[in-house]
Amino acid sequence: MMEKQVLLHVEGLKKYFPVVQGKLLGREIRQLRAVDDISFDVYQGETLGLVGESGCGKSTTGRSILQLYRPTAGKVIYAGTDLTGASKGEIRRLRQKMQMIFQDPYASLNPRMTVSETIGDPIRIHSLLPRNEIESRVKELLAMVGLNPAFINRYPHEFSGGQRQRIGIARALALNPDLIVCDEPISALDVSIQAQVVNLLEDLQEKLGLTYLFIAHDLSMVRHISTRVAVMYLGVIVELADRTELYEHPQHPYTQALLSAVPIPDPKIEKKRERIILTGDVPSPVNPPSGCRFRTRCPLAAEICAAERPAFREVSPGHWAACHFAG
Amino acid sequence: MEDLLAVEGLETQFRMREGVVYAVNGVSFRLKEGETLGVVGESGCGKSVTVMSMLGLIPTPPGEVVAGTALYNGQDLLKMSNDELRRVRGSHISIIFQDPMTSFNPVLTIGRQIAEPLETHLEMTKKEAWDRGAEVLELVGIPNARQRLNDYPHQFSGGMRQRAMIAMALTCDPAILIADEPTTALDVTIQAQIIDLVNRLQDKLGMAIIWITHDLGVVAGLAQRVNVMYGGYIVEQATVDELYANPQHPYTIGLLGSLPRLDIEQHQKLASIDGLPPVLYEKPTCCPFAPRCAYRVDRCLQENPPLQFVGLDHYAACWVDPATGKERA
Repeated sequence: MMEKQVLLHVEGLKKYFPVVQGKLLGREIRQLRAVDDISFDVYQGETLGLVGESGCGKSTTGRSILQLYRPTAGKVIYAGTDLTGASKGEIRRLRQKMQMIFQDPYASLNPRMTVSETIGDPIRIHSLLPRNEIESRVKELLAMVGLNPAFINRYPHEFSGGQRQRIGIARALALNPDLIVCDEPISALDVSIQAQVVNLLEDLQEKLGLTYLFIAHDLSMVRHISTRVAVMYLGVIVELADRTELYEHPQHPYTQALLSAVPIPDPKIEKKRERIILTGDVPSPVNPPSGCRFRTRCPLAAEICAAERPAFREVSPGHWAACHFAG
Repeated sequence: MEDLLAVEGLETQFRMREGVVYAVNGVSFRLKEGETLGVVGESGCGKSVTVMSMLGLIPTPPGEVVAGTALYNGQDLLKMSNDELRRVRGSHISIIFQDPMTSFNPVLTIGRQIAEPLETHLEMTKKEAWDRGAEVLELVGIPNARQRLNDYPHQFSGGMRQRAMIAMALTCDPAILIADEPTTALDVTIQAQIIDLVNRLQDKLGMAIIWITHDLGVVAGLAQRVNVMYGGYIVEQATVDELYANPQHPYTIGLLGSLPRLDIEQHQKLASIDGLPPVLYEKPTCCPFAPRCAYRVDRCLQENPPLQFVGLDHYAACWVDPATGKERA
């Protein structure tokens, strides 16, 4: 096999949001720790799945990488350049190579712009092509995502959710990016349409050699599409491994509970399955538990878990977990 | 066992400015005492409208139930007056909705909202209703139930709100609990909590459940029988084991094929269904699934297949036998 090349290196990434608590007097500004010190690499040509439940910080991670949010601390190194220290102009130039597909195909397209404007604008802004060649490029992109190139002058409301998501994908491809951050690209779609969009993303990856950071909460779909998978809980990555390793031998108690909670569409298996039912809810990221973030719901929690934050360590080659008891 | 509920030929339409929407086009099914029936389908297939029609919860106008009967204990729900229906809804058939945030009144305490149906339907005193409220909240696993009765909905988390919703639905000991996508808005670990809770409550209280969802995984672990809906029709009806082991309608086959599995590593492509779900501005004259169907034959474009017997306790609305790819004899 070829030596794996790191395309994106994230180190110690933190993103805190200020929240105001209390009434007029005694007002207090506290930090919501959406992402709290995470590190990982994304290799050229792979799909890294990033999973977790709502509020775990997976979308914030994606946005902080693209500098849509400026990180509070940490480094985001894309192909050798640290984006966190880069100027606006530099970031804009580098965004050509890093694009995003959003969750909501209704909110992420401007209703007053035609398909041609939506997809063509990035090309115009970055002056990639002379004006008279833009239209044919847009048509080519539409064909690539499985839409009729004749739809070029239509508006978003004339399309279904799945078709809109295809327009979003065409827009992301317009600048020939290397990395695409897919932020829950299929969760707003019906089941039969989800498979269409996932198949399209896989085809495009093969054809164009794209690298994906695939953010989702659907663990079955993430297993299908990913090369490696990272699991997040309350702002931290608790486990990261190759997909087979992660799904077959989960080491972190949260990953184990998460996997056991996913229903499997087969009644024979469902009847025999033992579920790990977690008690309670996810704590607030404004005031996260000391030590291990998961300890308040963890069946294995012991004294050390409250006292010490578990290190994110390699428990077996390529398999990382943040638990005192892993391995 | 006795049929608790028998729905026959239910049709519901909405008269919109753009034209008539044929939302439910002749749906028939039965529910036995104590069983769990799963209803599966994608958005717009008519699964929610079916149960809303039964309970008189369709906004009229624009909606209208134009045909059918829904016998509950021998009485037709569709012919009842509003007062009669209200009595049935509160104490015999309860419903829980998808979004636990918008289905509570935000300006009343949880306790007030749980106690109200008890005072109206069972004529309990305030004190009795409050005690029963605390009891059911405890039953659904909310700690400090008695104090939490004084909380407002926004003070509960999403999972707790859905528990409170279930508590509210169970206060009058209903014979049927209708769950309309109750876990769709929740995270998977919370979904597992809620499914586990409903299963335990059913063992204890013995109510029948109609569980509406788009998630074939959830149904696999919950239901005894399943209706698959498409374009306002039931296209397949079978016991849960039979449906997953031996699906007979191309739509069901397609749905199962387009789901990746958590427990199996797939290296091939997902078998997606081409095309889009139908827009129901016209009553279909042919099979509603025909435009997307991989097994289509000429007859599919001429005649809409009825739900017909294809095996023990197994019905499908399809002219074609998917095993051979030819028309059924």
